[in-house]
Amino acid sequence: MSEVTPRPGDPTITSALVAEHGLTKEEYERLIGMLGRAPTFTELGIVSALWSEHCSYKHSRPVLKTLPTTASYVLQGPGENAGVISIGDGLAVAFKIESHNHPSAVEPYQGAATGVGGILRDVFTMGARPIAMLNSLRFGSLDDSRVRYLFSGVVKGIGDYGNCVGIPTVAGEIVFDSAYENNPLVNAMCVGLMHEEDLIRAKAEGVGNPIMAVGARTGRDGIHGASFASEDLSAASDAKRPRIQVGDPFTEKLLLEASLELIKSGHIVAIQDMGAAGLTSSSAEMAERGDVGVTIDVTKVPTRESGMTPYEVLLSESQERMLVVARKGHEEEVRAILRKWDLTAAVIGEVIAELVYRVTEGERVVAEFPGSRLVTDCPTYSPDAREAPAIRDLRAADASVVPERAEEKDPAWTLEQLLSAPTIASKAWAYRQYDSTVRTNTVMGPGGDAAVLRVRGTNKAIAVKTDGNGRYVYLDPRVGGRIAVAEAARNVACTGARPMAITNCLNFGNPTRPEVFYQFREAVAGMAEACRALGTPVTGGNVSLYNESPSGAVYPTPVIGMVGLIDDLSHITRASFQRDGDTILLLGEMGGELGGSEYLATIHGEVIGAPPRCDVGREKAVIDALLEAIRSGVVSSAHDCSDGGLAVALAECCIGDRDCESGAEIDLSNYSSFSDRAILFGESQGRIVVSSSAPKRVLEIAQRMGVPCAQIGLVHRHSESLEITLPTGSMRSPLSWLSQAYHSTIPTVMARTPEHATFDELAPVAAH
Amino acid sequence: MKFGIVTFPGSNCDYDAFHAITEMLGEDAVYLWHKDHDLQGSDVIILPGGFSYGDYLRPGAIARFSPIMQEVAAHAKAGGPVLGVCNGFQIACEAGLLPGALMRNANLQFVSAEVRVRIEKSDTMFTNLYERGEVLRIPVAHGDGRYVASAEVLDELEAEGRVIFRYADANGTLSADANPNGSERNIAGIISDGGNVLGLMPHPERACSPLLGSNDGVRLFESILSRVAA
Repeated sequence: MSEVTPRPGDPTITSALVAEHGLTKEEYERLIGMLGRAPTFTELGIVSALWSEHCSYKHSRPVLKTLPTTASYVLQGPGENAGVISIGDGLAVAFKIESHNHPSAVEPYQGAATGVGGILRDVFTMGARPIAMLNSLRFGSLDDSRVRYLFSGVVKGIGDYGNCVGIPTVAGEIVFDSAYENNPLVNAMCVGLMHEEDLIRAKAEGVGNPIMAVGARTGRDGIHGASFASEDLSAASDAKRPRIQVGDPFTEKLLLEASLELIKSGHIVAIQDMGAAGLTSSSAEMAERGDVGVTIDVTKVPTRESGMTPYEVLLSESQERMLVVARKGHEEEVRAILRKWDLTAAVIGEVIAELVYRVTEGERVVAEFPGSRLVTDCPTYSPDAREAPAIRDLRAADASVVPERAEEKDPAWTLEQLLSAPTIASKAWAYRQYDSTVRTNTVMGPGGDAAVLRVRGTNKAIAVKTDGNGRYVYLDPRVGGRIAVAEAARNVACTGARPMAITNCLNFGNPTRPEVFYQFREAVAGMAEACRALGTPVTGGNVSLYNESPSGAVYPTPVIGMVGLIDDLSHITRASFQRDGDTILLLGEMGGELGGSEYLATIHGEVIGAPPRCDVGREKAVIDALLEAIRSGVVSSAHDCSDGGLAVALAECCIGDRDCESGAEIDLSNYSSFSDRAILFGESQGRIVVSSSAPKRVLEIAQRMGVPCAQIGLVHRHSESLEITLPTGSMRSPLSWLSQAYHSTIPTVMARTPEHATFDELAPVAAH
Repeated sequence: MKFGIVTFPGSNCDYDAFHAITEMLGEDAVYLWHKDHDLQGSDVIILPGGFSYGDYLRPGAIARFSPIMQEVAAHAKAGGPVLGVCNGFQIACEAGLLPGALMRNANLQFVSAEVRVRIEKSDTMFTNLYERGEVLRIPVAHGDGRYVASAEVLDELEAEGRVIFRYADANGTLSADANPNGSERNIAGIISDGGNVLGLMPHPERACSPLLGSNDGVRLFESILSRVAA
């Protein structure tokens, strides 16, 4: 061990300073125990970042360990920059989802843009070329002008970054609910493709190998971003805007090309993004994985401003930077590759045999931690978990007794209301701002059940989707967790893909509150059940806690990013009705459950009742039956029933694709054990609307596989309406009305947003 | 025939152009590095889409000073075919190979969509396998695609038959609704006075496969082949 000396000019360590760094008294004592002395200011900063919730998963790790993570085709599970699965033919898919909620709440454009940048780097540092981006967004009500400012800023941030780097944004989901009013959720997922042999891990190896900082220079931006993301949002959050990083997608594009070239070249042994907690976490994590020591000299790190202290260099979250362990003697080759792309690479340290994490400033040792304890000694917590009685009461309430509104006499009115609810309505306003076709692999882009990308050089394709319903999880976290996984699986299956594996982004409130931790624990348990039943292991993800503002916690929102594999391009299936005269079938069981539905929330303003049941064994059977029918060539279209129930699903099949509109005639009069509205708008799970020109074959397959299936109508390509006969009534909606409701809502609302947000709209969150 | 595709820092449709040429046409293609001065014997030069130099200053404004642009300009001057797509169109305008400029889209938003364009002239090096008046389905993806030029230049382009593509609806009717970026006179693509430099905002290289939705772009490349080979 070396002697560590406080740096002249550094602040004295006081209990106030420790508290400001987010460490509890116990954590600080643990730090002193580990060092055998008081920490320097630099060391305090390092530990503050690495032991933040964002980096350490200290409240979530024990629960996350209960998720299934293995399958024969999983090449890399959790613990790396991204998960990796094999798709055959020597090819593999790397994918990961991550949140950028806190930055986006304060600075939506840069918050979202840097979220995209970070997740891109996580994927290409595995050796994969990014081929698709997805995003899952949650905002408050669009009636609020600040929400419109956040929404348009986030969409522009996502678009400007991904478009410039040249990675298509192909799928996602956007939900508007007042539960997210002051705390939007911005989750970005990246999917990459690679040859299996190019897989590289972020594991420091080889004593004497140089450690190099690659890419953009280090500045003072984003210092303590990781800690900021680990506390509740408050009136003071706006003052922390300097903690938000600023992205440069042009540099990212150059870094992407340079990194892939470096990995191919064989001149490096490991590479990792300097993401949250920057140089500190990337170097400490690489050392821990390789079970080696590292030493870093901060004076050798290329900086963009003069006079940066070791503390600032270590904790900066400047974007578009990589940490690389090169092979000794290959430094010049590494520099040459970076130079080609007008980027720099500097040797800043080396891998050492002595098991320490050491930081020097020239000759002076300013921080030193024994072994890999900096990463491994972080405390973990298992806080109290208790369901909030108020939520239990909401769940127990009987949704079926909510009185109907007078207008509901004509269910066509209700259907139009639902189609124009921003959560259900077409999101083309947003995804028209995302380049979805660059790289020429996009077979099905945004707007369908899942996106489909061909895999060049094979006859295969992959399907990708993100899903998550916070309202269900709020009402019943166990069931909601199951549904999140099952719905994502159903979505990719509707395109003809076998669900393979998931990444997850767990957005919850403050885990030290027992009712929040209960939601977290139960939702993860529900996800684990569904992942096991569906054979879709978790290969990684991200936990975002402290999603709370003065108005309370967000809905507990686990977002699932699912990857599925289509074995044959001829199996690719669309959601919209395709052929005149096709029979429409409902695969799965009619349930009549209204609890937790979009119908209750939109039409009645009620969030009550038990969310729909989710039997994961049945979900598996429905998916298997659907895939069997698709592979048999008897399915013309397939669309999942989700928000808004069967009626909305049918309407989407009719008018979702503006280039392919069809009418339909539906007869649901057999389902007389349920009310009309429960049939139309209940959100029972495990149901898929299928159209087929060989309905008998579909029925036969369903029967053989033990899945309920019924013929419910016919596609009329030239009819101009959707007609539904019900047990006690009927409805008829002209397609033009449905289309208007579905396609015009969001553009109309967003036209209200002034071009430049006014001062009021930019006012701090606490003012709202 | 050999197509040379220039890779500027920030180009991101070079790969798509390369695959369209090699996979769909079965012709040779090479990437040309922006810092080089060598067209490697290419018969046709493609300035691809993307965000060269991050669109900093304004799209195409820095790329036009890339070393290889000297050779591209000389190739164009000698009558060699040059195809500028999206950012490549912007670069060609900045380099003075084509008149006019591409400004921020009228609604100030990036637009990614499949649009329809009408063929205005079919006796060119780039469109001889299309029919005049034919409507193509083809993707656009740009934030700065609003074609503008002075009234005199626009009138001259029209008089000389140098407007090659216009945004239209499925029936070929020009309308404001069919114009995704507010381009003057619905102009989507123009040709140089020598007829050998074409610039267009839509991406023909993304419309080369029925699996991806459209192969209406294939004949643009085939047109070049048939003319240059002849």
